Amino acid sequence: MAKLTIDDLKKIKEKTAKETSLREGPASIKITVHMGTCGIAAGAREVMNALMEEMAAADRQDIRVVASGCLGMCSSEPNVTIEVEDSEPIVYQLMDPNKMRQVFKRHVLLGEVQTDFALAKM
Amino acid sequence: MRELSLHILDIAENGITAGGDCIWIEVDEARKTDQLKIVIRDNGHGMPAKKIKNINDPFITSRTTRRVGLGLSLLAAAAKRCDGTVRIDSQPGKGTEVEATFRYSHIDRAPLGDIAATVTTLIIGHPGIDFVYSHRVDGKDFSLDTREIRSEIEDTSLSDPVVIHHLTKSIRSALKALASDEDNLESSEEQNGKADN
Repeated sequence: MAKLTIDDLKKIKEKTAKETSLREGPASIKITVHMGTCGIAAGAREVMNALMEEMAAADRQDIRVVASGCLGMCSSEPNVTIEVEDSEPIVYQLMDPNKMRQVFKRHVLLGEVQTDFALAKM
Repeated sequence: MRELSLHILDIAENGITAGGDCIWIEVDEARKTDQLKIVIRDNGHGMPAKKIKNINDPFITSRTTRRVGLGLSLLAAAAKRCDGTVRIDSQPGKGTEVEATFRYSHIDRAPLGDIAATVTTLIIGHPGIDFVYSHRVDGKDFSLDTREIRSEIEDTSLSDPVVIHHLTKSIRSALKALASDEDNLESSEEQNGKADN
């Protein structure tokens, strides 16, 4: 039976040892990808994948990613909510992998809200 | 839904919403008997029998519960149009099991798609939840159990995007190896999944 062996895991662990050791401390930015049926059908998984790639490249320990359910605005899915400490949460609408990358680079990393893609402040 | 793996992601999310802390995902591709079976099980709070009776009717669903709704209806429709079946077993307090079967070679069967991305999306999106994923192709199988991973490497690693990135890649290559022995459709599907990323 093929299995993800402990050796495989250790290899993964070694590759990422440097990053993991840095990844302590509280999160000050929370990114929520809404993954209800509506979000998934509209492409939320691809948005999440793009986000994971950007996160891996950025190597920031203070950013947390979570998946949540439907926001109630299914027609604007995929929705992504960015919560930066001490500022209002911003909901982005109709996201795709490229928009997600832009929002991550500009809003999350540099603090510039991308109003073109935004749906609302909360 | 364009891929069956998106249905899996959706039903697994239901299990998490139902309060489960461990989700089991089984995919069984039996090409010899021309059947594809997908099972998603959770240990959440389950549903009473009365509710299951109407579960595939999207209009009977109460949206506040989130336990049911369009998600299961879509899966049931996808299975039925491929000469398949959907079975839902649920016991209040114990959890729910959803099993969908498809005729493997049916022209309307959606591709399985990027199931590695489904699994790792679940893992990174739900840090407190465990996932047991097993995938069988003609009797050969692959499995992954986040409870084992957590006991071997530090717990925090599974929320690390770098670890997740490598994990996605290793699941993809393991699935490719499963399907590669024979000349078949599935290996080209795996490549499609890879091209997405």
